[in-house]
Amino acid sequence: MIEFEGVGHHYGDRTVLSDVDLTLAERRVAFVGANGSGKSTLARMVNGLVLPAEGRVRVLGLDPAKQGNAVRRRVGFVFTNPDSQIVMPTAGEDVAFSLRRSGLSTRERARRAEEVLAEYGLGGYAEHPAHQLSGGQKQLLALCAMLVLKPDVLVCDEPTTLLDLRNKRRFVELLGRLDQQVLLVTHDLDLLGGFDRVVVLDEGRVVADDEPEPALAYYRKLAG
Amino acid sequence: MNPLGLYQPGTSVLHRLPAGWKFLGLLALATAVFVLRTPAPLGALCVAVALGYVLARIPARRCGQLARALLVLVVFVFLLQWWLLGLTGAVVMCLRLVAALAAANLFTLTTRVSDVVSAVERGLRPLRRVGVRPERVGLLVGLTVQAVAVLSGIAGEVREAAKARGASRSVTAFAVPLLVRTLRHADELGEALAARGE
Amino acid sequence: MRRVSAPRASLPTADLARIVVFAAFIAVLGIFPGFYVGGSGVPIVLQNMGPLLAGAILGARRGTASVVLLLALTAIGLPLLSGGRGGLAPFAGPSGGFLLGWILSALVAGLIVQRAERPGLPTLLLATTAGLLVDYAIGIPFLGAYTGDLGAAAVQSLVFVPGDAGKVVAAAVVAALVHRALPGTATGPAVRSE
Ligand SMILES: Nc1ncnc2c1ncn2[C@@H]1O[C@H](COP(=O)(O)OP(=O)(O)OP(=O)(O)O)[C@@H](O)[C@H]1O
Ligand SMILES: [Mg+2]
Repeated sequence: MIEFEGVGHHYGDRTVLSDVDLTLAERRVAFVGANGSGKSTLARMVNGLVLPAEGRVRVLGLDPAKQGNAVRRRVGFVFTNPDSQIVMPTAGEDVAFSLRRSGLSTRERARRAEEVLAEYGLGGYAEHPAHQLSGGQKQLLALCAMLVLKPDVLVCDEPTTLLDLRNKRRFVELLGRLDQQVLLVTHDLDLLGGFDRVVVLDEGRVVADDEPEPALAYYRKLAG
Repeated sequence: MNPLGLYQPGTSVLHRLPAGWKFLGLLALATAVFVLRTPAPLGALCVAVALGYVLARIPARRCGQLARALLVLVVFVFLLQWWLLGLTGAVVMCLRLVAALAAANLFTLTTRVSDVVSAVERGLRPLRRVGVRPERVGLLVGLTVQAVAVLSGIAGEVREAAKARGASRSVTAFAVPLLVRTLRHADELGEALAARGE
Repeated sequence: MRRVSAPRASLPTADLARIVVFAAFIAVLGIFPGFYVGGSGVPIVLQNMGPLLAGAILGARRGTASVVLLLALTAIGLPLLSGGRGGLAPFAGPSGGFLLGWILSALVAGLIVQRAERPGLPTLLLATTAGLLVDYAIGIPFLGAYTGDLGAAAVQSLVFVPGDAGKVVAAAVVAALVHRALPGTATGPAVRSE
């Protein structure tokens, strides 16, 4: 469960979010809106990467401002560009990196990493240099690095923007099968069929918040 | 870049010797090189180091590369020193150079980066009390290797873009976009590391 | 209404990331085989601009840290120096002092840049020039100790002065452009960019 209460935010003089009140309990929630409407800022708040200037955010009952590390342990985040998210040289090492605080032995970490890679279609790539994977594979790797920690919530900020149509579909389908709550920021409206709830942002405000069909219809009209 | 570094895989005694001991040996040799002032013992040291290469079974190709690089340096230094200090001085200088560089290089060729990392982590352990986190060494190595891979890709793109705009000889047309993207990558990496609980 | 400026979660990892990525940047400057600048037929290796840029762009603390990281990883055997060199040999060679001097280059350039609110070209030129001079101040005596003759070492190093002078200017110009593109980089916290 994720709650925003009267959340506002600004950079310098520019207000990027105002009066956001949301309680998100659905399993599949999407955020859509024009460029600069505040989606990424809102998504980052769920992980404590940005702290709200006004109001408060609660994530699974925790306060990201005070319990940032506890929140980040339970919330996974997938960024748009996997190149900046993959931090270690090989796919296996990168997934194992997520487990470095787990107290598991190096060998056990490597084994789990391989298991997760295999589960999401990267079996046999553990030793592969991460930067030589294709864009879609890199994004899968970024996802694996999060899922190996079994988070309760997964936030994805435009994870499919750099992918081709087939990989886009595959990625979103994969998200659909996960047990965790998923918050997805996206510009790919046709991927949202299976979603439970779509929140439309415009200039930092929530302007629609509904099931996909009506919400997207509103958004399309807004865009003109 | 090869993530294994300059390591030349092998099973010789030199390969199996713990990195810490090998490093102490190298330090001892370096000290000897600077204390000795006559050609004969320095020449003997050079021969000993060369035998080390044989013992470690370094492939001829690698040895050739090194020899060529050393030769250029030695010829240059020799001529200069001959002119400045006379023949004996020049010979001593060059033997020192060869012994020190070849030995340092042999250390690198026979020691895995990961072994050096563990040795350094072990060596730093006493400093934990003053806030040093030795387990970060391995993390830094991995992060940097991956960052080099990402930035090389970016550098290639930037260079092509500069060429496309007819600015392939301009340092600014290369360095400015590369730096802007470098810093952007750093910001995203910082966020990603935070998101991943670092 | 009074605007509180946004309390951006200044992430503790932001500094770490900048240090690591800039170390990699300096390495990448060395990987690129060299530039044919102007009409010259000799390729110019850009790597020794790296430490000057590190100080001038990241500031003293982070700039110095990234150079130290680069040199430490080189020393343990990664081929991060131009021409794929690495290991202990480059430090043991006659020009080892110039490598160690990079640390001070970044420090001095960074300290000078930080004094200015908005570093302009004159400040940056001063910073990169001073950075190069401290590198010489370490490198030339080291070379002198190696060859046993400081005077000769100084004369020998004159060969590099024209190229290095060009790089000092280029580094300052590049840093000025980067500061204009991303204001507050040297001093401020990391700024998120889309
Ligand atoms: N670090 C920052 N400093 C200053 N302004 C920022 C910063 N980050 C974001 N902004 C501004 O905040 C506003 C909202 O940005 P945000 O990234 O949340 O938008 P978005 O909805 O994710 O847009 P997009 O669809 O383009 O990703 C934008 O106007 C942006 O310019
Ligand atoms: Mg965004």
